[in-house]
Amino acid sequence: MSVATGWVKDFQHRYKSQLESALYFWSYLRRNTLSVIGILVIFVFILVAAFGPYFAPYNPVKGETSDRLQGPSAEHWFGTDQLGRDIFSRVIHGARVSLRIAMIVAVIAGTVGTVVGVTSGYFGALVDDLLMRVTDMFFAFPKLVLAMAVAAALGPDLENVIFAIAIASWPVYARLARGEALAVREEDYIEAIRALGAGRMRILFLHVLPMCITPIIIQVTLDMGFIILTAAGLGFIGFGAQPPTPEWGIMIAEGRNFITSQWWLSTFPGLAILVTVLGFNLLGDGLRDVLDPRLTR
Amino acid sequence: MSRLLQVRNLKKHFPIGGGLFRDPTDFVKAVDGVSFDIEPGEVFGVVGESGCGKTTLARSLLRLIEPTGGSVSLNGDNILEWQGSDKKRIYRHMQIVFQDPYSSLHPRKLVKDIVSEGLVIHGLAERSEVRERVLDMLQRVGLNEEHLFRYPHEFSGGQRQRIALARALVLHPQLILLDEPTSALDVSVQSKILNLLVELKEEFGLTYLIISHDLSVMQYVCDRIGVMYLGKLVEVGQTEDLFAVPKHPYTKSLIDSIPSLDPRVRRERIILEGDVPSPINPPSGCSFRTRCPYADKHCTEVEPPLEAIRDRWVACHYPLEE
Repeated sequence: MSVATGWVKDFQHRYKSQLESALYFWSYLRRNTLSVIGILVIFVFILVAAFGPYFAPYNPVKGETSDRLQGPSAEHWFGTDQLGRDIFSRVIHGARVSLRIAMIVAVIAGTVGTVVGVTSGYFGALVDDLLMRVTDMFFAFPKLVLAMAVAAALGPDLENVIFAIAIASWPVYARLARGEALAVREEDYIEAIRALGAGRMRILFLHVLPMCITPIIIQVTLDMGFIILTAAGLGFIGFGAQPPTPEWGIMIAEGRNFITSQWWLSTFPGLAILVTVLGFNLLGDGLRDVLDPRLTR
Repeated sequence: MSRLLQVRNLKKHFPIGGGLFRDPTDFVKAVDGVSFDIEPGEVFGVVGESGCGKTTLARSLLRLIEPTGGSVSLNGDNILEWQGSDKKRIYRHMQIVFQDPYSSLHPRKLVKDIVSEGLVIHGLAERSEVRERVLDMLQRVGLNEEHLFRYPHEFSGGQRQRIALARALVLHPQLILLDEPTSALDVSVQSKILNLLVELKEEFGLTYLIISHDLSVMQYVCDRIGVMYLGKLVEVGQTEDLFAVPKHPYTKSLIDSIPSLDPRVRRERIILEGDVPSPINPPSGCSFRTRCPYADKHCTEVEPPLEAIRDRWVACHYPLEE
C-alpha cells in the first residue's frame, strides 16, 4: 500500500473519532436548555460584534446635534444621546469593543495563568513556593481594586484596561492549573512518558499541560462576563476607554445625568451588558457540566 | 556469557518527615540491598507479597526514582552514573510496561502519538517513516491500522496492554521490565498477553524482568526467579528447581499458598501468620524471623547473607532440605 492512501485512511479514521466526540459533546450540551440559550446569546453577540458595525445605521461617534436626546423611534430605535448620536449604532459598535477586551484578556490571563500554574504544580518544591507566593500577593487585592489601580497607574486607555484586567485575573487560572498539575504529575501515564526518556519541558508542555486546560477553559468562559463587567465598570468611572469610544460603560456614565428624564441613554447599553454577561455565565455553567467528568459520567 | 544487567546492593530508602533544615526522622527501606544478574535472552522473575518493594525495585532500576545506593550495570556500564543526556540513553536499552493499562496511557493522546513518542524523543525515525514504524509495531502486537487514530478509552484492557507493549518495543530495547503485566487483566486475556510476550521475546531477542505476585504465571514464563521479602532477595534459583525444592522457608510458604486442584492431596505446608513487618523498622538479624517457624536466637542476631548452594542462592541460616 502506498504511503498516500495510508494518510487518506488515517484522515478518515481521525475524522470519525473527532466527529463522534463532537456529537457526543453536543448531545450533552443540548440537554441543558439554559446553556443552549447561553450559546445562542453568545452567538448573536459575536455576530453583532463581527458584522454589526457594517450594518449600523448611523456613525457611532458623529451625531446630528439637532437630533439630540430623542426618544426611541422608528428612525432611532434606541433613541439618541446628548450629542445626537444614535444609541443603537453605539451599542452595536460597543459589542465589538467588549468582545475585543474579553477575548484578549482571556487569552493573556488564561495563558499566563496556565503556564505559571502548571510549572508551579509540576516542579513543586521551591519553584512552587516561589510562584504561589507571588500569586498570593495578587490574591491579596480585590480584583476590581487591583484592575483600577493598574489602569489608573498606566493611564486611561483601552489597551491599558485590557492589561489591567488581565493582571487582576490570571492568579485564579494559575491556582486552578496548579491543582490539576499536582494531580496529573502523579499519574502513571506521566511516569510512563518519563520511562521513554522524555525531558521535563516535553512532559510539562506536551503531556501535563493539555490535561490541565479543561477547567481553565470553563473558568475563562465563566469569567468572560466578569471581564466585560469590569471593563464597563472601569469605563464608567473614567479609568477605561475614553469618549467618544462607543464603550458600554462610558455610555452608561454619560447617560446618568439624564436618567430621570431620558432613560434610554443608560438603559440600552445597560441591557446589552446584562444580556451578554448572562449569556457567558449560562454557557460557562453548561460547559462545566459537560466537560467536568466529576459532575457527569 | 556476558551479563546484560548486573545489580549490586541496590538500595532505595524513602525519608519520612524531614524538610527544609530538618533531617528526616526515619526511612522506609523499600529496597534494601538487592543483588542479581540477568543474562541476555533470559526471563527473570521477581516475586513477593504486596509491599515487599518489587515495584520500587523496577522503578529504581530505570531511575524513575533515584536509588539511594548500589549499582546497576547494563552491559558493564553503571547506568546510575549516567547524567544529563546520557541518562536518556538508559531508556533506549531498557523499557517498562506498567501494571495498569488503564492508567498508563495518556487519555488525550491518539494511539499513534502514544506509540511514536519514543521515536520522536530519541530522534530514531524520520517524520515520513514514523507512521510506518508505528503501524508495523502495532501489527506485531496484534492491533491494526484502524487503531492508529483512536484514543485509549476506546480499547479494552488487553488491547491497552498491547499498546503499552508497542510503545516500549518501538525503541527496540534489550531489556523490558514488566511490572505485573497481567494482574489488571481478565484471566482469559492474561494468557493471551503472556503468549504474546513469549512470541515477542523470540521475535525481537528480548530479555524480560517480570515482577509479579502471581506464582502460577511466573512458573509458566520465567527461567529464573528471585523471591523478595521486605526489600531483600531471600532466594534466587531456576524456576523448576525452586518450585520443586524451595530452600528458604518463605519461598516454601509462598509455593504452599498456591491452591491445589486436588482435594485429596495433603501436603505439609508452611502457613504464614501475622503481617509483614514494617520496612521502617525491620527486625534485627533475618528479616523473616518474626514469621518463620524455624527461627531461633541465631536468626535474631545475625542477618543471613545471600549465599550460593550450587546454582541456588539462599539467605537463610537453616535452609530447608529436600
